[in-house]
Amino acid sequence: MHGVSAMIAQRIALGIATLFVISMLVFLAVDMLPGDPAEAILGQSATPASVAALRQELGLNKPLVVRYADWAAGMLRGDFGRSLANDRPISELVAPRLGATLSLAALAAAIALPLGVLLGILSTVHRDRALDRVASTASLLVISFPEFFTAYMLVACFSVGLGWLPAISLPNQGGFLETLTMLALPALTLSLAVIGYVLRMTRAAIMGVMGSPYVEMARLKGVGPFGVVVRHALPNALSPIINVVIINLAYLVVGVVVIEVVFVYPCLGQLLVDSVAKRDIPVVQACCMLFAGTYIGLNLLADILALLANPRLRRPRHREARA
Amino acid sequence: MLTETGGVPLLVMRDLVIEASGAGRPQRIVDGIDLELHAGEVLGLIGESGAGKSTIGLAALGYVRPGCRFAGGTIHFNGQNLLDLPPQHRRALRGTRIAYVAQSATASFNPAHRLIDQAVETATRQAGMGRRQAEQEARELFARLALPDPDRIGERFPHELSGGQLQRVMIAMAMICRPDLIVFDEPTTALDVTTQVEILACVRDVVEAFGTAAIYITHDLAVVTQLAHRIVVLRHGRIVEEAPTRAMLAAPRETYTRSLWAVRKIRKAPEPDHGAALLELAGVGASYGSVPVLRDVSLTVGKGRTVALVGESGSGKSTLARVVAGLLPPTAGRVLLQGGGLPGRLRDRSRDELRRVQLIHQSPDAALNPHHSIRETIGRPLQLYNGLKGAARAARLYELMALVELKPELLDRLPNALSGGQKQRVCIARALAADPELLICDEVTSALDQVVQADILAMLQRLQKELGLSCLFITHDIATVRAIADEVVVMRHGAVVESGPRDTVLEAPSDAYTRLLLSCVPDVDPDWLTRLLQQRAIPGDMHDAL
Repeated sequence: MHGVSAMIAQRIALGIATLFVISMLVFLAVDMLPGDPAEAILGQSATPASVAALRQELGLNKPLVVRYADWAAGMLRGDFGRSLANDRPISELVAPRLGATLSLAALAAAIALPLGVLLGILSTVHRDRALDRVASTASLLVISFPEFFTAYMLVACFSVGLGWLPAISLPNQGGFLETLTMLALPALTLSLAVIGYVLRMTRAAIMGVMGSPYVEMARLKGVGPFGVVVRHALPNALSPIINVVIINLAYLVVGVVVIEVVFVYPCLGQLLVDSVAKRDIPVVQACCMLFAGTYIGLNLLADILALLANPRLRRPRHREARA
Repeated sequence: MLTETGGVPLLVMRDLVIEASGAGRPQRIVDGIDLELHAGEVLGLIGESGAGKSTIGLAALGYVRPGCRFAGGTIHFNGQNLLDLPPQHRRALRGTRIAYVAQSATASFNPAHRLIDQAVETATRQAGMGRRQAEQEARELFARLALPDPDRIGERFPHELSGGQLQRVMIAMAMICRPDLIVFDEPTTALDVTTQVEILACVRDVVEAFGTAAIYITHDLAVVTQLAHRIVVLRHGRIVEEAPTRAMLAAPRETYTRSLWAVRKIRKAPEPDHGAALLELAGVGASYGSVPVLRDVSLTVGKGRTVALVGESGSGKSTLARVVAGLLPPTAGRVLLQGGGLPGRLRDRSRDELRRVQLIHQSPDAALNPHHSIRETIGRPLQLYNGLKGAARAARLYELMALVELKPELLDRLPNALSGGQKQRVCIARALAADPELLICDEVTSALDQVVQADILAMLQRLQKELGLSCLFITHDIATVRAIADEVVVMRHGAVVESGPRDTVLEAPSDAYTRLLLSCVPDVDPDWLTRLLQQRAIPGDMHDAL
């Protein structure tokens, strides 16, 4: 099995290298933003002397390479630096936001992913019949609606109309059940689109292998329609399904700014937008790195899962020559 | 091998009609077929591609491919009309009472599952056999079918076995519930002749041992005569002729049936050797990456002569063609054209050197650009190599079409409007457009039906004589060698094992492998397989042993 371990190690090394390159890009890009953070912090009335002093204190006068090395070394230790806006440690700022983001993403994923895959499978089993058509049209609809529209529709329905769920979601209030109620509407909004994507991709991936000779063989062995899809087609369609699931997971972590705004739910995306506006550069960098890390980590996971799901990659043919 | 005649037939098809709903009106691909099959009987279905053989075979399982439908008639199995049965009852018969063995075992096994899981699936899920018992049964069948390491081979995945081994596992999978009827759909077509013999022996062994009735579908008359008690010849979805095997071979009634022998009857009168060599290969070696595929290959193609390059898949014949054509630079040795060295790489060759060597591929479907009309396809080399334009080009186009016996109206068609044989003629015309001296024909007739093959081979012979072409003809089919070659070169594992004049190599081979290869080419003689297996005395895996 060392062939697979080697392949996985290679992917992990590639992931780390990518993260390294991204860290440089993030650092450079933020550094190239027009304007001076020290001036921005002190405001227009600042004297040149005080600006210079602050620049000295922030280390902005050091060469770029040294600043990057300091910053990267700090991150490796888990120290993201201090916010320029309020001088608090960034980890303190980010941690609750990250927690809020992850709990929302987790809830949405827990609803959307199993449901999306299951509906996709059912659509192929019942292809071209009522269930398939309804699922196909409905998924296209929820994908096409802009998120804020879906969000407001849900709010109008469940908060304003029925009064069941709160329209504003504040994290970390009360127990598990309250948190769940708080998160219900944003999670539902996110879930709808994700269900749509995952359903359509699952269906397309399975349909792509339904014409294979081995699927026909399964039918000729007397396997029923459900068995044909689940036992014979699905295992060979896993790779694209894993990919779409992972991309959607990444979207749930990174791409939820609109939802945060609609439900006034303080996540990382909101923090990033605010920090850009305030020119709070260390926070911007920290958020970017967290997002990049999420993407790279999840894609790594997708690669490894796809590798494990394919026997031809798991057990390359030259093994057989010895046997 | 007696045909059982008494009692109620196991399978009866009456006036069966199957339609394919293509563009426009539905097309009848099976058009009023009547068939009967008794328990323990082996029925051979033979015909060209598109004759409806596979469709009839699948119909025996009450199955039609997507896009087709049963449009009339009945299929009674054990007295039940399969077409009246509710789908779940029809499914219950599949795999348990009626089993299917597909043409390409490589494509028909699920790549995601271990072989043992696929082999026992029907037994455990449909026939209610216990998992342990089913696995035991499968292992016994693996052993009976002479698979290596029968106790553990089931743990492997399909990609870890060779095509011949997979085909045996598939026969075991079909046998596991001891069905009453097995449909074999060209199970040896994708295999080399030496492997084909072993599979034929396996099929005959299990069918006789378990008294299973079988429908054996093939386009190869010699193959079907080894197994079938009775042969049905099909064409355009109808039965042309039906007779017991020996009776049909002795006295075929229809001219169409006789034409199925067509290729086997052609025999080229050897071209005298003028002594002048057109192509010479001296000690040529080649490799894909670090894997060597050709070792020290030397051969000569005389002017106006045809050298047949014979060997099984993986022997390096096509690689040799790629080296001569300049698609793969050799790692060792020299390629000489009329005494002058040919550069190894395509881009180092002059336009005239490119013109003199033309390659024709196996699959005309893949070799023709589907978006180019025939005029564009053949016209390109005319302009590129000979600078022909306008009226001169048009005149030459008509000449070339006449040369390959195609109507000039076809010039403005796209390839998909042509039949397989017509497409191959276009490919030949495209090669001739360059006025080449050497034609490399890589399995040019393998994808074609027997009758079309015979026409193409006859035409190639005529062209060669008229134009004085030399030809390097790659094939795995010995009948084709007889039809076209002056000399034969036998290859194995990337090296030449024997070469010489055709009749010497074919009639008095000196190399053991050549003898094995030739002995595996089936004759149209019902006793051929029996005799061959007796001669070998040791049953089992000659191919892997050698």
